[in-house]
Amino acid sequence: MSEPGSVNETTGAADGSLPLGGDTTPTGALRWRGISFEERMAGVDFRVGARAHITVDSDVCRSCTTRGCVTACPANLFAPTSDGGILFNYEECFECGTCYMVCNSEGAITWTYPDGGHGVVFHHG
Amino acid sequence: MTEPSAFDAVVVGAGPAGSAAALALARAGRSVVMVERGPFAGSKNVYGGVVYGRVLDDIIPTWWNEVPVERWVVRRSTMMMTEDQSLAIDYRSHAWGVAPYNGMTTVRSHFDSWLAGQATEAGAQLVTSTVATGLVRDSAGRVIGIRTDRDGAELRAPVVIACDGVNSLLAKEAGLLPRAEASHYTLGVKEVLDLPAEAINERFGVRGHEGVDIEILGCTRGIPGGGFLYTNAETVSVGVVVSLPHLAEAKVRPEELIADLKAHPSIAPYLRGSHLREYAAHLVPEGGYDTMPTLAADGMMVAGDAAAMTLAAGLWLEGVNFAIGSGYAAGRAADRAIAVGDCSARGLASYRADLENQFVLADHKRLRKAPALVLSERVQQRYPGLLCDLAEGMFTVTNPTPKAGGLRVTRAAAAKHGVKLRELAVDTIRGMRIFG
Repeated sequence: MSEPGSVNETTGAADGSLPLGGDTTPTGALRWRGISFEERMAGVDFRVGARAHITVDSDVCRSCTTRGCVTACPANLFAPTSDGGILFNYEECFECGTCYMVCNSEGAITWTYPDGGHGVVFHHG
Repeated sequence: MTEPSAFDAVVVGAGPAGSAAALALARAGRSVVMVERGPFAGSKNVYGGVVYGRVLDDIIPTWWNEVPVERWVVRRSTMMMTEDQSLAIDYRSHAWGVAPYNGMTTVRSHFDSWLAGQATEAGAQLVTSTVATGLVRDSAGRVIGIRTDRDGAELRAPVVIACDGVNSLLAKEAGLLPRAEASHYTLGVKEVLDLPAEAINERFGVRGHEGVDIEILGCTRGIPGGGFLYTNAETVSVGVVVSLPHLAEAKVRPEELIADLKAHPSIAPYLRGSHLREYAAHLVPEGGYDTMPTLAADGMMVAGDAAAMTLAAGLWLEGVNFAIGSGYAAGRAADRAIAVGDCSARGLASYRADLENQFVLADHKRLRKAPALVLSERVQQRYPGLLCDLAEGMFTVTNPTPKAGGLRVTRAAAAKHGVKLRELAVDTIRGMRIFG
C-alpha cells in the first residue's frame, strides 16, 4: 500500500519515535515531498452515483477568458480541452460549490447535489 | 408516493443547526423529521479548528461527559508568518483543560452524529441518504413542505427549517438569498494527517486529552485568508481558508497553499513523518452580518451556514456554536408559531428577535465590519511581514552597533512593507473600534 503524504519513506513515525524526515533546504527548512493528486484523492471516500450532479455547458466555456474553475476546483475536475472547451468529471467531487461560485458565465455550470447517500463521505471532516 | 402532512416540522440537514432545531422541537413535543442527504449525519461536513461548547450548557447539561471529543484545546496560538519568519501570540490555560472546558477538537462525522442522536433520542425522526430537491408551496406561495429524491416523495409540515448548509439551495429557491456573492465566501481545504499520540504530545507540548489550535495569517501567498493547524487524538489537521474570487484570480491550486504551509519552518517540525489520511474541501460563508439572507418566510426559516452564521472575525473563528445557537432558536420559534397557529413570516419573527438577544446575532452585529478588515490588503499582505520584521529588529542583537529604538525599528519595518505610520494608526483605531 502506498503512503500518500509521507515525508520520507525511511523515517515513518509509526513506531512513535520522532524521526527527522524530509529534505533540508539551504535555509534549514524542512521541505515536504509533493504527492501526486491521485494519491491525495485516494484516501477520500466517494460513493459515486449514476447521475452527474454537475453539468458543464462547454459551448459557454469556449467564450470564457478567466476559467477560474480550472485552478480553483479543489478536486481538480475541470480540464481545458484543445478546442477551447472544458472537460468535466463529476465522480470525485467534494460538492463544495467553488466552481459555480467562481464561474462568471451565467448558465455554464448547472450545480445540484448528488442523489441521496451518494457522493463524497467525509470521515474526518 | 406522497406523504400526508404528518409532521409539525421538517428540518433539512442533520448538521449542528438541523439537529439543534429538531432537538428543540422534539423536546417541545412536536413531531419533526430531519432529512439528511448524506449516509449519516456529518458525512458532508468539514470544519477548521475548534468547536466551542458553551452554547450546549443550557441544551445538554454536562455535555462534555458524552461529547465525542478528540482533544480539549488548552493552547491557542495566533501566528503571523512570512516565507521564513513567524511571530505568535501563544496562550495556554489550565482552566481550558478541565470541565466545563472552553473549546474542543472533534471529528464532524462523530460530533454531528452525536448531536443528531440527541435529537432522535428526544423523539425526532432522522431520514438519511435523502436529498431535499425543492420546496412545496400552497397557492398563496407559502412553504408547506419539501420534495425529496425518494421517488419524488413530499414531506409536508406547517414549517420547514432549512439547515441545508453553505450552498443552501432551499434559501435560494425561497428567494431569501437571491444571489450568493462569491466574495462573501471562502474555500477551506484540509488535510488530516496520521500522527501517533505520543508524537503529538511531544511536539505540541501537551498530554492526555489536551490539544492545540494554531491559527495563521500570512501563509496564503497574499490571497486573502489564513491557515490552521490543530491536534486531534491521533491525527493532526492542517489547512488553509481563502477568499474564493481571489483564489480564482490568483490561478493557484488550493492544495499548493497547504503544501506551502506544511513546508514552513515553523510548521514542518510538527508534521514530520505524518501520512495523509483524508483530504477535504468545503465552502465557508464568511461575509458576516451584512451578507445574511432574510431569516424567515411564510412557513420557512433558515439557520446555520445556510443563513451565513459562521463568524469569521479574525480573532474569533467560530461556526458550529453559531449553527447550534441559531438552529435551536429556530426550533423554539417554530414551536411557538405552531402553538398559536401562525407559521407565516410574521409568526416566525420571534426567531430573529431571539437571535438578536443572544450571542448569535449580537456578536455578528458587533463584528459586522471585522471580515472586511481581516481580509483587507494591509492586514493580509503587509502586516504579517511588518510584525515579523519588527520582532526581528527588536530581538536581533547587532553588537557592536548600538540597539535601535522601538520607533526606528517600527519605521524601518513599516517602510520595508510599504505601510505609512498613519495607515498603521488608522488600522489600529479601526481594529479597536471593531474588536474593542
